[in-house]
Amino acid sequence: MTSQDIYEKVRAKFGDAILEFKEAPPSDPYIKIAPPVAKDVAAFLRTDPDLQFDYLMCLSGVDYNNGNLGVVYSLFSMQKHHKITLKVEVPKTEPKVPSVESVWRSADWHEREAYDLVGIIFAGHPDLRRILCPYDWEGHPLQKDYKLPEFYQGMKVAY
Amino acid sequence: MPETTTIETQQTSSGKTIRTEEMIINMGPQHPSTHGVLRLELVVDGEIIVDVIPHIGYLHRCFEKHAEHMTNYQQVIPYCDRMDYVASMNMDLAYVLAVEKLLGLKVPERVEYIRVMMAELQRVASHLLAIGTYGLDVGAFTPFLFCFRDREHILDLFEMTCGARLLYNYIWIGGVSHDLATGFVDKAKRFCAYFRPKIKELNDLLTFNEIFIKRTANVGILPADVAINYGCSGPMLRGSGVNWDLRRDDPYSIYDRFEWEVQVGKGEVGTVGDCWDRYMVRVREMEQSVNIIEQALVRLPEGDVFSAIPKRIRPPAGDVYVRSESPRGEIGFYVVSDGSTSPYRVKARSPAFVNLSVLPEISKGYMIADMVAIVGSVDIVLGEVDR
Repeated sequence: MTSQDIYEKVRAKFGDAILEFKEAPPSDPYIKIAPPVAKDVAAFLRTDPDLQFDYLMCLSGVDYNNGNLGVVYSLFSMQKHHKITLKVEVPKTEPKVPSVESVWRSADWHEREAYDLVGIIFAGHPDLRRILCPYDWEGHPLQKDYKLPEFYQGMKVAY
Repeated sequence: MPETTTIETQQTSSGKTIRTEEMIINMGPQHPSTHGVLRLELVVDGEIIVDVIPHIGYLHRCFEKHAEHMTNYQQVIPYCDRMDYVASMNMDLAYVLAVEKLLGLKVPERVEYIRVMMAELQRVASHLLAIGTYGLDVGAFTPFLFCFRDREHILDLFEMTCGARLLYNYIWIGGVSHDLATGFVDKAKRFCAYFRPKIKELNDLLTFNEIFIKRTANVGILPADVAINYGCSGPMLRGSGVNWDLRRDDPYSIYDRFEWEVQVGKGEVGTVGDCWDRYMVRVREMEQSVNIIEQALVRLPEGDVFSAIPKRIRPPAGDVYVRSESPRGEIGFYVVSDGSTSPYRVKARSPAFVNLSVLPEISKGYMIADMVAIVGSVDIVLGEVDR
């Protein structure tokens, strides 16, 4: 299916919760959705017989530096050989996105990483701990306004 | 963390009541079989593994943060080298492909061929290391020496190409840093001829060794549907019998021009998806990579390798996710450009990171000694897991 067809199918099911569709090469075509339906859309994309997105290639957190954080889901279907990108944007003050860990198990560590580095909180994730930074690290390093702490555990941070 | 350890009482055969409880053992971060600084928290019932909790991040070097802070796109490449430090060429290629897609850049034929050759040579080198150290993990020392002897030839080829043996900074946006050295083609052809019989030697020595099969067959079985659900890729996915390779199924560069076969696990000595299958996929892939290299060497066109390198790299605003097949699986780069000369965000989807996440699923119920065999068969490089 082309990304246009995929968009229309999702749009028919979720209506106004689908905010935007954009196809502008060289960028990947993406569908932007409202954060509350993220998990439902994910489950629909995975289970619908025409779509069958069974492979979550990548899940990235992004700080857009306009007060919003975003999550980008790069999806692929091993059965149908088509791709689509899903995007959600949430305000930095309350960065809550439903977890898709129960839809694709691979989202487990990806979401932990996005939480750790970008600070997005995945509601419903069974084990949302830091993964790359130490467990007692403060702040989320990939936020654009992140300030490097001077001290960690009483030790001077070298640079 | 495991919440509670259960304490149970058991009756022994002589009628005595004894107390048993689960125990937590830390394997790593300094352990020879974790291939770096991985810590596995093992919850064990005697010798049997009840649960595994991997703790990663000991080698986190803030790749993504560094990438954002570079003054241009080209400067990110040496950092990519250091992600998967035993397959640097493949890492460079993956990042460069993403930036080239953003730029809409087409590279000269000769560059494409050189890149494919380097990527495949690197794949053989990486698999040799994986196979050699895997033998070491389960107690076979000699194959390790043989593998490193052969890998040395490939590193010599890289050295004559770009001066570096491990971290190359060779594949550049729009081209490569040096044209092939004089005599490279002959030397590479000699290597291919030399290397083919060595695979048979390796099979006689290790692959079909009775002890090796006992240690790896029917251990760490990963079913195909679980592998896909966890996002596994590379030999990990193919070992489970999924006929899937990005070089063929989502072709990039010029891979669609070569004749070769995707290798999958068939459960020859055990069950499909066991450690032996994953190991065997790597062995067979080396042969296929040699096939590709030989074809590329014959067809290598003349041309200027520097002609397409842009003076100033400034992609239009946008974002792409581009993936390619590294020796460990799907390496993807999600690059966001804001129209400036440096990347706004670079996210690396590293294959070993994703492959490692399936570890708890495939190691429950086995012995602690099997854990070594399972971790080895996943073939992780911590530089890439932790980035």
